[in-house]
Amino acid sequence: MSFLAFAWDWLKSPQQWQGQDSIQVRLLQHLGYTGVSLLIAALIALPLGLLIGHYRRGGFAVVNVTNIWRAVPTLGLLILVVVSFGLTFLSWLTPLVVLAIPPVLVNTYEGVAGVDPELKDAARGMGMTDWQLLWKVEVPVAIPLIMLGLRTAAIFVVATATIAAQPGFGGLGRYIIDGLASNNYGEVAGGAAVIVVLALVIQAVFVGLRRLAVPTGLRLQARSSR
Amino acid sequence: MQWSWIPQNWTIIWQYTLDNVLLGLLPPLIGLAISLPVGISCAATRWLYPPVLGLANAVYAIPTLAVFVVLIDYTGLGNLTVIIALTLLSLCVLIPSVVDGLRSVPEPVRQAATAMGFTQVRRMIRVELPLAVPVIIAGMRVAVVSSISLASLGYLIGVLSFGYFFIDGEQRDYPTEIYVGFALTVLLAILCDLLLVGARALLTPWARGRRTAASAITATPVVTEA
Repeated sequence: MSFLAFAWDWLKSPQQWQGQDSIQVRLLQHLGYTGVSLLIAALIALPLGLLIGHYRRGGFAVVNVTNIWRAVPTLGLLILVVVSFGLTFLSWLTPLVVLAIPPVLVNTYEGVAGVDPELKDAARGMGMTDWQLLWKVEVPVAIPLIMLGLRTAAIFVVATATIAAQPGFGGLGRYIIDGLASNNYGEVAGGAAVIVVLALVIQAVFVGLRRLAVPTGLRLQARSSR
Repeated sequence: MQWSWIPQNWTIIWQYTLDNVLLGLLPPLIGLAISLPVGISCAATRWLYPPVLGLANAVYAIPTLAVFVVLIDYTGLGNLTVIIALTLLSLCVLIPSVVDGLRSVPEPVRQAATAMGFTQVRRMIRVELPLAVPVIIAGMRVAVVSSISLASLGYLIGVLSFGYFFIDGEQRDYPTEIYVGFALTVLLAILCDLLLVGARALLTPWARGRRTAASAITATPVVTEA
């Protein structure tokens, strides 16, 4: 029997959809971990990226620090926090926020710092203040890259929230960890299938969001330059 | 932190370091071997890249643990499963960077090479690929660092790596072991990252002293709106 057959058998059994361990409950937990972590990471990384990009200072450090930052083993960090502080909300939040910061920070910085200098000169010539320059010129032009950073972060977090189940948190990873522990491949396959679908849905949502967020002017320009 | 634990457990530390090096480096290297021909074909034809990129983005969204689960059914609970899964993930980073690297070669350079009598194959090997090296190495840095970090997840399906220190440290409530695993992961990643930066310097002698712009944007699979 293949992966899909195992997953399907597990998914269609009614007991997966009832009670404390049901798919709905686990899905909501998983989305909760993802949403809160992403929000906090964005609150930290977006302003920082805008600041560094706008003043174009410290960009070299951002690029190199974030590259090494990626090396932080999320599983190790998660277990370290759990062993130190116990099973509190901080223990799932910390590693997921740490994971989500680099893509948002680097892309925001690169997006803003990469705005055409002539465009900025023109904006200043029109009498824009720093604040207006940031919000009316730099952010709109950088939006495609910023959205890409947020999407990458969201994908990382939704995928990695899976391992929160290892030290005893909820979320969809429960099925994989519990299934592996009890040699129940049906549960493992079913859980994995739900996570894969969720990850693809999140990906699609962000592709849609990006379409909404990119200013019409940029889209027209992209089309005409092709 | 109990420092005496390190010399007492030197044998397993060395053994799991070797295992983690294998799991961290083999997938990006296999990934590079696959990405070069695929990327060259994608850069050469207009229609091939959008579907390949879409597929790469979709695969990238799938949690590593879920990829393991799908593969277990075919390749069992072993090294091969982890290597295949991490290779798939590194392809998602490497194919776009090969394509972006090749597309960053200025058209006049290509035309000059043709005018000097280079055949297509020779032009690719002697001119285009060397000029694409900075972008390809940027992709390799992301792929290698992530593989080293993700290899620890292999221990969740029983494959030995630094993950052993995390899970064993958790079960015995022994933070020292987790610190060691954490530090080794980050150190190994920094070492490999430096080696790649060195390789870039060796392969692009003409760029010495100049800052390369290919740092972050290619660090994540970039979606050019298809």
